[in-house]
Amino acid sequence: MGERSRLCSVWLGSETGILKGVSVSRKQAFNFCNTSHLSRDQEVRALCWMDPSQSELLVGSVDGNVKTFSTEKGEFTETRCCGDPADGCFVGLAAIGGSTVVTCAESGVLRVWREDSSEPSTELDAGKNVCRMRQSPIHPNKVATGGKENGLKVWDLEIPEKPVFSAKNMRDDWLDLRRPHWVKDMAFIPDSDKLVTCTGFHQVHIFDPSTPCRRPVLEAEFGEYPLTTLSLPSSGNTVVVGNTHGQIALLDLRKGLVRGCLKGLSGGVRGLQCHSSQPVVASCGLDRFLRIHNLEDRKVQHKVYLKSRLNCLLLSSQDLEIKGAEEEGSKNQEVKKEEEDEDEVWDTMEKVEEAGDKLKRKVVEIDVEEEVEDKDEEAPQPQQKKSEKKMNKKNKTK
Amino acid sequence: MDFTEVPVKQDKKSKMKKTKKLKKNTTMEEGTAEGGPVEGKMEQTEAAETSFPPAFSLSDIKNKQRRHMMFMKFKQEKRKQKLQIRKKKKKERKALGDKAPPKEVPKTIENQRVYDETTVDPEDEEVAFDEGTDEFSAYFNGISNPKVLVTTSDRPHWRTVRFCEQLATVIPNAHVFYRRGLALKRVIPQCIARDFTYLMVINEDRKVPNGMVLCHLPDGPTAHFKVSSVRLRKEIKRRGKDPTEHFPEVILNNFSTRLGHSIGRLFAALFPQNPQFVGRQVATFHNQRDFVFFRFHRYIFKNEKKVGIQELGPRFTLKLRSLQKGTFDSKFGEYEWVLKVSQHFPVVNICVCVCVYVCTVFMYFEDLDRIVCDILFLM
Repeated sequence: MGERSRLCSVWLGSETGILKGVSVSRKQAFNFCNTSHLSRDQEVRALCWMDPSQSELLVGSVDGNVKTFSTEKGEFTETRCCGDPADGCFVGLAAIGGSTVVTCAESGVLRVWREDSSEPSTELDAGKNVCRMRQSPIHPNKVATGGKENGLKVWDLEIPEKPVFSAKNMRDDWLDLRRPHWVKDMAFIPDSDKLVTCTGFHQVHIFDPSTPCRRPVLEAEFGEYPLTTLSLPSSGNTVVVGNTHGQIALLDLRKGLVRGCLKGLSGGVRGLQCHSSQPVVASCGLDRFLRIHNLEDRKVQHKVYLKSRLNCLLLSSQDLEIKGAEEEGSKNQEVKKEEEDEDEVWDTMEKVEEAGDKLKRKVVEIDVEEEVEDKDEEAPQPQQKKSEKKMNKKNKTK
Repeated sequence: MDFTEVPVKQDKKSKMKKTKKLKKNTTMEEGTAEGGPVEGKMEQTEAAETSFPPAFSLSDIKNKQRRHMMFMKFKQEKRKQKLQIRKKKKKERKALGDKAPPKEVPKTIENQRVYDETTVDPEDEEVAFDEGTDEFSAYFNGISNPKVLVTTSDRPHWRTVRFCEQLATVIPNAHVFYRRGLALKRVIPQCIARDFTYLMVINEDRKVPNGMVLCHLPDGPTAHFKVSSVRLRKEIKRRGKDPTEHFPEVILNNFSTRLGHSIGRLFAALFPQNPQFVGRQVATFHNQRDFVFFRFHRYIFKNEKKVGIQELGPRFTLKLRSLQKGTFDSKFGEYEWVLKVSQHFPVVNICVCVCVYVCTVFMYFEDLDRIVCDILFLM
């Protein structure tokens, strides 16, 4: 259990309540479950790292419990009750200093929970119908919230009465009608005070709290469907957004133009995160797949089938490929050798087909190993299956 | 034959060829023989200047009849060569006798198919749990009974109206209502209040039904299909008499992937869970290459091995365009699956291998499935 969780570089929460860890380098997915009995109450709604060393995860579920999962040990270590289901599901989870937990529910109740008490130490009301709460990576005390008809607000947790910055709605349109606004997700742009938000009316806005102007500084549009998530890549000036139709786009923040789209998803995007150092973005959604795209050439690098609908995801900041490569070196070498052989075969063949086709062949299929915590059985994957799958890979058509 | 050496120009070369082939009956060999030396010389001169190979194609001949002639000859030549190769191979195979290499299996779409990783394993616990607690669990646990509301888009043509009426006879406990231009988002809460479990809207275009929105009611998924090949009862040849009020049995074929399972359950929940075998009626949803074919038959067992079937009822094909989570909300709803025409996936999004997923169990009618499937496609 411990060694499996240490291999995982991507963590996902699903609707069935299972926390899934995926090891991209070894192309395996593992299930981690708190109880042997699954229930819909345990549906994972929010995930975040407990501390900067990324050894513990916080998992927020629908019934109001926040569980701590240790990646070193591979099991859930603690459960806290942080609010009741009447308040709505978690829309944001954050941790300060490795011990304090900040939770925000859909009804707008934002609470700060200290280590040992069952009562929140600070509580504030962020309005109704909150869709997302995010923490600033530079100032852990600052959080931003936004929702349907509930504009973007930046709160400082030490001053719970008033938001530090509260955004104004856009100007009325050309018919003098009030523009509806629906903030779905936001992010703090590093190295500056600015925030970027994406809305349910397919707009992307940038706000600058340092200017006296409370309206959006930049507005960009993409598509015709609500944008559900966004993420900022490590190379600045761009933002990756996903919408309910499964379209993911790269937008340039200097002018607000669409740089390109990432293709492959067929269901609504629920979770999107860019890697902190590699130009790679992981996306998950209602089509039950985890896809990892390369931001430079916008192709799918990895695709993993995970059997339930996925709600949120978390990437570890270590290199995706390297993690797990040192462990079980022989197995990896075998896999690498096979891949090298195949590459040789492909290289010696004439290049007749288009680039698209060739890359399709290189998308590797991934095994899923299931493991439920309390049951002690291990279902060994037969080697036959793997080789069969590799054979089938060769027989692909367009 | 004298021919002047011509400077390198493609159209001039073809003109030359045209003037030589005045007779329609010139053979291809002659043509190649002439073309050969010309081309060779061309190549030499050309190689000095550029590296483009002088390619003669049939499309350079401007005269349609002559071009057609040349093409026919080309095809005949090709076929002749193919037959020669075949004959040779057959001879070799015969000569080798037992030691001959095994016959190669021809490539078909079905065997070139990529194994779809989303195919559901019957023993998978996670998927079983997911299905056990999803929006259809109320139906499959026997808590709710299906009640279907069938309606159309506004101001339908008589074909769509007849189609809806016939659908209502096929699906038990179905009620047809006139649309009156009402907005679906307003119709849905009223349906929920009246205990309907399904809302089926047949969309019409140019006097013919062409789309279907199937919305499972309390909070269930909404599927949008493209409907084609609709045949009303009077257009079906050799059909039986009108269907009776008995609950039909349901057959769902080839819904083997995860998406297929969701859609299969969507169809299964339209019909009551207790089929009346006395009625001997069966509704089949057969999925093949992402098209779902609907047929409605009445069967009779003549003896233990022979079955007779009569097709009753309307016949149509469906293709899934999108599956949306939640009730009908096309602008702001979240989609679980959307058909993207611009991205050519290997066609298998719904089905993979032939396995019969029978919704209602009939123990001793084993041959029915195979027979129904065979006869479906004979018609």
